[in-house]
Amino acid sequence: MSDLEQMYQQVILDHARARHGSGLAVLDASAVGESHQVNPTCGDEITLRVGLEGDTLTSVTWEGQGCSISQASASILTELMDGADLRRADETMEAFMALMHHRGELLGDERDDLLDDATAFVGVGKYPARIKCALLSWVALRDAIARATVGTEGS
Amino acid sequence: MPTLIDVRADFPILTRTVRNGKPLVYLDSAATSQRPQSVLDAVADFETRHNGAVQRGAHLLAEEATELFETARASVARLVGATEDREIVWTGNATAAVNLVANGMANASAGIGGEDSARFRIGPGDSIVVTETEHHANLIPWQQLCARTGATLKWIEVDDLGRLRLEQLATVIDDTTRLVAFAHASNVTGLVTDVAPLVARAREVGALTFLDACQSVPHMPVDFSALGVDFAAFSGHKMLGPTGIGALWGRGALLDALPPSIFGGGTVKVVTLTETTWMDAPYRFEAGTQPVAQAVGMGAAAEYLMAIGMENVAEHERRIAHILREGASEIPGIRLLGPVGDANELDVLGLAAVLVDGVHSHDVGQVLDDAGIAVRVGHHCNQPLHRRLGAPSSTRASAHVYTTEDEARLFVETLATVRPFFGMSS
Repeated sequence: MSDLEQMYQQVILDHARARHGSGLAVLDASAVGESHQVNPTCGDEITLRVGLEGDTLTSVTWEGQGCSISQASASILTELMDGADLRRADETMEAFMALMHHRGELLGDERDDLLDDATAFVGVGKYPARIKCALLSWVALRDAIARATVGTEGS
Repeated sequence: MPTLIDVRADFPILTRTVRNGKPLVYLDSAATSQRPQSVLDAVADFETRHNGAVQRGAHLLAEEATELFETARASVARLVGATEDREIVWTGNATAAVNLVANGMANASAGIGGEDSARFRIGPGDSIVVTETEHHANLIPWQQLCARTGATLKWIEVDDLGRLRLEQLATVIDDTTRLVAFAHASNVTGLVTDVAPLVARAREVGALTFLDACQSVPHMPVDFSALGVDFAAFSGHKMLGPTGIGALWGRGALLDALPPSIFGGGTVKVVTLTETTWMDAPYRFEAGTQPVAQAVGMGAAAEYLMAIGMENVAEHERRIAHILREGASEIPGIRLLGPVGDANELDVLGLAAVLVDGVHSHDVGQVLDDAGIAVRVGHHCNQPLHRRLGAPSSTRASAHVYTTEDEARLFVETLATVRPFFGMSS
């Protein structure tokens, strides 16, 4: 498999087309957070919205445009995070960031299991210019969760 | 003229390989060009043998450095048709050259420079005119000058192929217009602007003209004096020279009246605690220590281009333009931004920005990169034109004197594989 084929694995191409979670849901969850992220070098953007009930992500939806890597990343993120608790979300985000900076190799520990389909992005790590494409939705997720929880902490 | 093979041998970087050991096919020259050995040598020779404080000091190295610095200015002046060497002002890059004039006008508007600078004053009721094709560097400085002074920014629109709608000149440029700023050649459509009608209309209403010549000076014969513009900006690194150096050209009398905007040493005649009088151009604008080695390199680049002959450079790029633009526009699912153009008329540069139906430009660039082909992806610092042409971003191949026809054909062939790679039928 060439580097190019390793980056654009079939699961990525499929998700780039399917775009799970695309279309922002109207939420009446007890805590809602939303984040808009832009990649100014290429104009890619995403708005990602989360709904929280207690510690559980009950809804993850997004709207955006961008390259196949950024679109597939948002789609896979949605599948992984919908219904996850915040601790798992945090661990998955950390694992994904670690994978992106692992120079095209799998992490080789239990974090790969946590990432599941998202390990398909392993090849992106060989292309520093594309890492930010894959990270765009994850940055939005982290920010959206922070915004959803900021009002609820201590209440 | 040296043959193309000779020219390629002058560029050491072209012999390296890139992804998967493939030969480098460098088609990103509109972003930054590669440097010939003579430029690399000129910079190294300055640094290793002649470095000294320019225009200061009484020792031999200072004299040699000054001589090389000013000889480089003369080379660049000759390349662009300056009537005097002092019409070339060194700037850090072309963007700094645009800002130099915009900020100088802001200072004139604040009263700096007194009556001498009155013709640069601008305020409420006045206007600056740009075009819809401008690179951000020839848009934002004027937009912000208007924001600072209360003047109005207006623009000439383009049609669906990115061509200036010249019929708007008579209405958009009017008695309120103080300056008209426009690109000599577009970094997106590659179209070369017919300068004459813009200059004629600007003169009719007494407005100054500012030409963004970043994409023209490196690729075709350019004579600012003959074009009739008042100011022009261009950069070193797009014309086979180093980064960190650019130039402003301006008519001598105008440069002598424009107030500086970077204040400091080396620019002044008389300084008291309350007042300063400025030297004439170019020195009033060259405050502080200049990028001397880079200027020397830009001078060497000008000499290199003149030795080949700008007509020959343009002739070569006409052939490349034909292959890139015809080839790209004939692939199903590929849209060329701008017209194919008439290569014989040189109304386009050796450049093609394309939109691939259903595939983002970053993904297109990745497939090309895998074949060793370096292109630019994104909006190329030109969001308004992309928006106008209905393209969120594009993939741009751009040539220079070292680009071969085979390389242009390889770009077209590889471009044709992109949609199939992403599972789209052609």
